[in-house]
Amino acid sequence: MNIDLTRRGFLRLAGAGVAATSLGALGFGEAEAAELAHVRDFKLTATTEARNTCPYCSVACGVILYSRVDEQTGKKRIFHIEGDADHPTNRGTLCPKGSALKDFVNAPTRLTEPRVRRPGAAEFEPISWDEALDKIARAVKDDRDANFMSLNETGVPVNRWTTMGFLAASATTNETAWLTYKVVRSMGIVGFDNQARV
Amino acid sequence: MTLGANESPRTAVANPPVQPVQGNLGQHNVVRSSAGGPVAENPVALPAVAKLIDVSKCIGCKACQTACVEWNDTHPDIGVNVGIYENPLDLTPDMFTLMRFAEYDNPETGDFEWLIRKDGCMHCADPGCLTACPAPGAIVQYSNGIVDFIHENCIGCGYCISGCPFDIPRLSQVDHTVYKCTLCSDRVAVGQGPACAKACPTQAIVFGTKDDMKTYAEERIEDLKSRGYENAGLYDPQGVNGTHVMYVLHHADKPGIYNDLPEDPKIAGVVQNWKGPTKTVGLAAIGLAAVGSVVMGLFSRSEVAPEDEQRAEDMVDRAADPAASGREQA
Amino acid sequence: MTNSWTDIKNTDLVIVMGGNAAEAHPCGFKWVTEAKHHRGAKLIVVDPRFTRTASVSDYYAPIRPGTDIVFLMALIRYMIENDKVQWDYVRNYTNASLIVKDEFGWSDGLFTGYDEEKRDYDKTSWDYVIGDDGFAQVDPTLENPRCVWNLLKAHVDAYTPEMVERVCGTPADRFLHIAEMIGECSSPTKTMTSMYALGWTQHSKGAQNIRGMAMLQLILGNIGVRGGGMNALRGHSNIQGLTDIGLMSNLIPGYLNIPTEQEPDWTSYMKSRAFKPLRPGQTSYWQNYPKFMVSFMKSMWGDAATAENDWAFHYLPKLDVPSYDMLRMYELMDQGKVNLYFCQGFNPLLASPDRNKTTQAFSKLKMLVTIDPLETETSRFWENHGDYNAVDTASIQTEVIQLPSSCFAEDEGALVNSGRWLQWHWPGAEPPGEAKLDTWIMAQIFLRVRDLYLTEGGVFPDPIVNLTWDYADPNEPTPEELAKEMNGRALADLTDPNDPSRTLVSAGQQVLNFSQLRDDGSTACACWIYSGSWNEDGNNMARRDNNDRDNTGAFGNWAWSWPLNRRILYNRASADLQGNPWDETRPLLWWNGERWEGYDVPDISPTARPEEVMPFIMNPEGSSRLFTRGMMRDGPFPTHMEPFESPVANVFNPNMRGNPVARFFDSDVARLGDSAEFPFVATSYRLTEHFHYWTKHNVVNAAMQPEFFVEISEQLAAEKGIERGGRVRVWSKRGEVWAKALVTKRIKPMICDGKTVHVIGIPLHWGFVGAAKKGWGPNTLTPFVGDANVETPEFKAFLVNIEPAVGEAVS
Repeated sequence: MNIDLTRRGFLRLAGAGVAATSLGALGFGEAEAAELAHVRDFKLTATTEARNTCPYCSVACGVILYSRVDEQTGKKRIFHIEGDADHPTNRGTLCPKGSALKDFVNAPTRLTEPRVRRPGAAEFEPISWDEALDKIARAVKDDRDANFMSLNETGVPVNRWTTMGFLAASATTNETAWLTYKVVRSMGIVGFDNQARV
Repeated sequence: MTLGANESPRTAVANPPVQPVQGNLGQHNVVRSSAGGPVAENPVALPAVAKLIDVSKCIGCKACQTACVEWNDTHPDIGVNVGIYENPLDLTPDMFTLMRFAEYDNPETGDFEWLIRKDGCMHCADPGCLTACPAPGAIVQYSNGIVDFIHENCIGCGYCISGCPFDIPRLSQVDHTVYKCTLCSDRVAVGQGPACAKACPTQAIVFGTKDDMKTYAEERIEDLKSRGYENAGLYDPQGVNGTHVMYVLHHADKPGIYNDLPEDPKIAGVVQNWKGPTKTVGLAAIGLAAVGSVVMGLFSRSEVAPEDEQRAEDMVDRAADPAASGREQA
Repeated sequence: MTNSWTDIKNTDLVIVMGGNAAEAHPCGFKWVTEAKHHRGAKLIVVDPRFTRTASVSDYYAPIRPGTDIVFLMALIRYMIENDKVQWDYVRNYTNASLIVKDEFGWSDGLFTGYDEEKRDYDKTSWDYVIGDDGFAQVDPTLENPRCVWNLLKAHVDAYTPEMVERVCGTPADRFLHIAEMIGECSSPTKTMTSMYALGWTQHSKGAQNIRGMAMLQLILGNIGVRGGGMNALRGHSNIQGLTDIGLMSNLIPGYLNIPTEQEPDWTSYMKSRAFKPLRPGQTSYWQNYPKFMVSFMKSMWGDAATAENDWAFHYLPKLDVPSYDMLRMYELMDQGKVNLYFCQGFNPLLASPDRNKTTQAFSKLKMLVTIDPLETETSRFWENHGDYNAVDTASIQTEVIQLPSSCFAEDEGALVNSGRWLQWHWPGAEPPGEAKLDTWIMAQIFLRVRDLYLTEGGVFPDPIVNLTWDYADPNEPTPEELAKEMNGRALADLTDPNDPSRTLVSAGQQVLNFSQLRDDGSTACACWIYSGSWNEDGNNMARRDNNDRDNTGAFGNWAWSWPLNRRILYNRASADLQGNPWDETRPLLWWNGERWEGYDVPDISPTARPEEVMPFIMNPEGSSRLFTRGMMRDGPFPTHMEPFESPVANVFNPNMRGNPVARFFDSDVARLGDSAEFPFVATSYRLTEHFHYWTKHNVVNAAMQPEFFVEISEQLAAEKGIERGGRVRVWSKRGEVWAKALVTKRIKPMICDGKTVHVIGIPLHWGFVGAAKKGWGPNTLTPFVGDANVETPEFKAFLVNIEPAVGEAVS
């Protein structure tokens, strides 16, 4: 049997063989009825850009953060991150981590509230910032007063405090680092280190 | 993309626009459409584009994969490690591109080589998927060569999967339509390169007009030959009339060693034969009955018996499961 | 990095050894592919594993973990033996010609002065012969048998290609091929760059690994030139900045030091920091130390720091040990001697060696405070996660406060990249929920403690209550205010020393750069090396001009780099003694008859005459050092030392375990394993799909590499009956982990000293919180010992055992 058969007709013929549903009912009555070809709307349209650098390794690739105001929270929310083509080092490229930065910023395990785990407890519980900070300050002051070493065994002034340690970050800004340095050093803390150690 | 002398290839010559911009891809430059779907009467002739993947520069980092996921807003599952570097383990409806790793002891040099190839849609000039597709307008080819799926028209039959000589499209069990790389048609439409090409840290993936990419490939091949890869060459298979995704291979004489890249891909004869308007109806041989069921299952649920629907779902599931579907390469 | 990422495009040869740049720094590695593509550069990879960097290399050689010094000293030996030496450079720009004391020597793997009891050297003999004129004696002909060059020649003599094969397991022919490739770069017109990272630092002799390559680079004349250098690929986005700003036990910003108990006053402190030149006419720039130090003290304590009170020197703590580094603190914690501990953006439970010890130590704290944008294993160290964290929660009495902070996308400020570029960034969103900026958190902690001291009094409140805190809003110091403090400003009008009627900087203005700092208290500057970053021209770190004159790769108007916006350190060495570039095609700096000019900020006084002032201005010698005198604890030359846990004995001295001067705590000795019980060499590393323990929180990265695995050879798999993708148990003397087995051709057994050595690769990205599958890190297995000089833990070479495992871990 030789017949002229468009592929649509071809389908109709086959379909008729297995089910009573007509193609018309399936939305394929006319070729013109098919959705016209189109590409996805460009998703960065009407977004706010911010220039930033990748927080991971030390290549420090330039990135652009694309954000919109989240209607629910009223806060800006980042919904895309892409390499900055103007950046001389990465020229818009990003590695597998950098390319997925948006899902780091918006990770479900981002912390959103201060919490405390009481001695022996099996869970964290929420605590207010004020309460948490006061608790910390009290503990710091009490321990420093109790354990600060003004003079060593031979009477030399040493002004150090060894029962408290501070481990600093590796991805905070210089400005945070300097402020951290000031706070830690002013108290006489010597157990001071950062990720560069490892 | 035009390359200056001694200049780093840059897919991203400018950052993406954030102001509204009219894209240049749409119905007005569709040159082919599946199953007699509408094509443009006087399509806008765009220069042919191509993505060139230089495997000799590829470090297998998967930036192309994560950039693809982020741009296309897909959600690949967090799987398991089965003792290989590939993850996800295969292309999926949520993972349009995949680094494939092959450990190769080169018998000629005695050296070990780790061959890493970015797998994904090749955007064939003669696309087997489009040829096989029975749904009007579900697969289109734009005048720049991009082969794109119009999901509203997809009936989820999986024929494009059988029709693809590279085993690329994957059927979604969520919306029962088929997914694959779009070559970031939404980006290309506004003058941006694909997300993978932009991200690629070593610019092993570059994007531009096909002519430029071929010129650029020659430069790369020359460099590889100077390093002892005598058979370095371009992979732009003529069996599908060339592709809009091409590879520079150090061993172009043996594409198969790069995780079974087909030596001479062609559209399967049975699919090819659908092409002409007048053909003998050999329907049973290609099991079109299944299509009818699937169509029914998806589009007229209220009118079918539950057992029919179940049957249709099973077929979709089988089509989506590579092991069960028995897909074959052409 | 001495050079920048973008400068790598200028190289002819890249050696990646002690690192895995393609995987850990992919976008920086782009410049390697650039050099290969457009300069025809070659890439050599030396690594225990065939890495993704190796997959694009021109030549690869395997090496047993922890034997790099043998390989490097053998390269130096090859260069000397085959006359692959950039002689003009070596003669003039290194200390090759300086004469060393007769008493100095080396035998049986040890240098002179070793004291086994103290595990330390008496370094008196490791020094130059100083003449009556006060300068080091030299022999420019290099004939004196006691000159550094001849001592080096003798020192490397034992490191033959056969020795490389025997100790490193690298086939001698592979070694020789690499040596030949490198030897070509002794030409003044060819250059090699060294890209390394934690593959060299995480050893008990990490600093000596790096010295080994630095010496080789000096011999080839590759330091200070375009496309050359020693390029430490820093691991995190601001580790360079945190180090620059001195957030370490013994540091003050800008690489100044906290005093020790032996330096209880200003005079004794400054005495050892005189930095008198060791050769005539040399710069010895550290002679400016007092200016930087006084300006720092003024920055900290303002009017409370006066000439009369030695700039409040007594406010600074005095150290009784070299440093209270992380390992020492955990040891003290474990002994019950630490009560409070803060972790700011750091997850030591997965980053510190011997995790079981860390858990035990944390359990003895009264309070642990974590400040982090993400959940961390550290903040939940007390939580039972089955095998993944098998702790007895109820018995742990530590109170833990978890404070949510912002991440990069929400804050503003500068990060310092590996090439020393300070790049300013801007926020794109606000912190989620109640999360706060780190600056706000630190300010709150400080202000509350200060208030307690002001209201209650207490022990030595002076340095706290007098700390400079003149921010517009004390609760929230701004990045601008803090950045300006680091740049420094004039506290009084600064007049021109040559013309006192002329005011250079008015009181209150930002100083131009550190050349304007004074030691009389008239300037304040928190971090002298950053001086110039935010001066009266504005925020130079925010500059975004990406033009690059003549495509040198310098990008001098993009952001700002320390020091003084200099892009290549020691760049004066890119020109010959007369001041002409070694390589006309790659000029960097040249002498125009009156001053230095070129593409970079000269690393020398702009009018310092060539042939008089040598390029290494920070060193009292004026030259670079092939012999480091007593500056390193474990020797003035690198000498082979086995890892603390090694499958073979040290070929020079079978009784020597590890680094003979590395610090070891008593409690850890029993936690060392031997090769009888633990026959396999393990090494740890990153995978390109992940960043440390952060990206396991990211659903996309978790999908790319979801589950903990270890890599083993096909041979070891066959020997142990391990299937690809099967589950294995890996254990050391300190702990055990379970993982999927990735069986690969990329790791091959090696023969070392007649013994088959199998290497097991252990990536480090899994824990018990986040989106990825639960797993472990290598730190459950690694020994609690660090580098002898800097205490970086020995993560890269340790011993384990392996066996197939059944069943799934319970989570």
